[in-house]
Amino acid sequence: MSFFLIASAIKVFVVFNLIMVGVALLTLFERRVCAWMQDRLGPNRVGPQGLFQPAADGLKNFLKEETSPAMADKALFTLAPIVSFVPALLTFGVIPFASPLPTKWGVVPMVVADLPVGFLYILAISSLGVYGIVLAGWASNNKYALLGGLRASAQMISYEIALGMSTIAVLLLAGNVTLSQVIAQQQLAHAWFIVPLTLSFVIFFISAFAETNRLPFDLPEAEGELIAGYHTEYSAMKFSMFYIAEYSNMVTASALMATLFFGGWDIPLTTWDSTGDPSVLKTLLTLVAFGAKTFFFLFTFVWVRWTLPRFRYDQLMALGWKVLLPLALVYTTVLAVAIWFFRIQLGWQYGVGMAWALGALNLVLLIVLVFWLDRGRIVSGSVPQEAV
Amino acid sequence: MAIGVKVMKRPTQQTSYLRATLKGMALTFSHLLRPKVTMQYPEEKSSKDWTLSSRWRGTHRMLTDEQGRAKCVACGLCPQICPANCIKLVPGEDEEGNRYPLIYEIDEFRCIFCGYCQEVCPEEAIHVGVHYENSEYSRDRFVYDLERLTAQTHPVSTLWDPSDPKGE
Repeated sequence: MSFFLIASAIKVFVVFNLIMVGVALLTLFERRVCAWMQDRLGPNRVGPQGLFQPAADGLKNFLKEETSPAMADKALFTLAPIVSFVPALLTFGVIPFASPLPTKWGVVPMVVADLPVGFLYILAISSLGVYGIVLAGWASNNKYALLGGLRASAQMISYEIALGMSTIAVLLLAGNVTLSQVIAQQQLAHAWFIVPLTLSFVIFFISAFAETNRLPFDLPEAEGELIAGYHTEYSAMKFSMFYIAEYSNMVTASALMATLFFGGWDIPLTTWDSTGDPSVLKTLLTLVAFGAKTFFFLFTFVWVRWTLPRFRYDQLMALGWKVLLPLALVYTTVLAVAIWFFRIQLGWQYGVGMAWALGALNLVLLIVLVFWLDRGRIVSGSVPQEAV
Repeated sequence: MAIGVKVMKRPTQQTSYLRATLKGMALTFSHLLRPKVTMQYPEEKSSKDWTLSSRWRGTHRMLTDEQGRAKCVACGLCPQICPANCIKLVPGEDEEGNRYPLIYEIDEFRCIFCGYCQEVCPEEAIHVGVHYENSEYSRDRFVYDLERLTAQTHPVSTLWDPSDPKGE
């Protein structure tokens, strides 16, 4: 028992610090990639390649004067950044980031808390993050901030549904909501869930952008219309907290995509990492594999941000409710039928055959979807042609 | 709906968000790998694409003769032509009757860097320089005296030559 407590405490400490450092470096990464995409060099003055830029920014934010609007609700104004910051970090707690680590006292699973309800926990906690944004908008007593908060809540709720629906397929296939079991299932079939659940991933991917308030869905902070949305009135470290929360959410979303659809810490094309006795080498290599997958999605987040313009609000809502939600519903139904057919009618167990059979089904659906999306009427004007 | 947005009818290739998105992503990624245009200023002051023009009119420089004396003969043409009235000249004369400047000061804050002083100078003594890094810790350091003007080493401006307008 005491071993479990000590191991957990160490894991919490290490993971927390890793995420904090990772988030700090991510801000630098984003600025440099943005610069490179615009044929510039980006911040490269503080330390080698600008590596200490986040530290300089952090120091600046700590030493900066903190302004507090006179008419703001003081208590909520202070609470808001915390409410937005904490859930962003909490969600990472259930994501397994490497294969179990053997120690002298026993095997330590490389996940902060291997909750049996893992995935439900993530859905529950990540929805809490929106409270921080709404509270910030409300407590600021500023019309732009309030509008930003309102937009955030509407957007988060809309896309949360599509996000949740898209993962039902994952849970149907895995038969479990524990994330370590989800990974085990993917290793078992030698095919990551991206193969049998491609469309699910597409929906999850798009919704994740909306959930993390990243471009092209960063309407809560649309600087052109809302100054900076919900954090207009925030300065210094409080503002920084929102920033850290946004980037932590990105890390969590990326890690979740890697876990649910890309085999988590599974090293592709090998069975060596998931079978046999745990070893330190395995833990390190799987950690690298997990890091690489997460990093790929983080890069995609940045890449998309510096490519696409922002959506109009009605387009955002139309995409969420009229496209992604029905799509997720139909897809879940189709997939449930397919899984029922394979499992019950044909008596298959989940394995290589079933994964690729579902993959073929997904390919067909994807072609139909792309053909349909490509007609270009999905997020166009809000008024039908004849009404103009 | 209260707000109407006019929607143009366009062919599918133009309205496809999917293709536009992929095209955009490819474009930004290709830019990621292209050579960067930024010049690393304090370390790198000119590049193959950009150098300071030889016609640049910056802070002044007084040329000297073989004995190291300023070439200026204190004729008074430069303070006369100066539109900003920034040159202060007090002429002097030695035993042999040679005129020289007793005081020659240029207030670089007043100067508008027109280059007329260089153009008007019959002795080719005062020049505007190809130079732009002029920061100082106090305002009075911006009044350059004769000693300082002769001590400058930066290249002098070629100005614009009417017979060779393109600088060839």
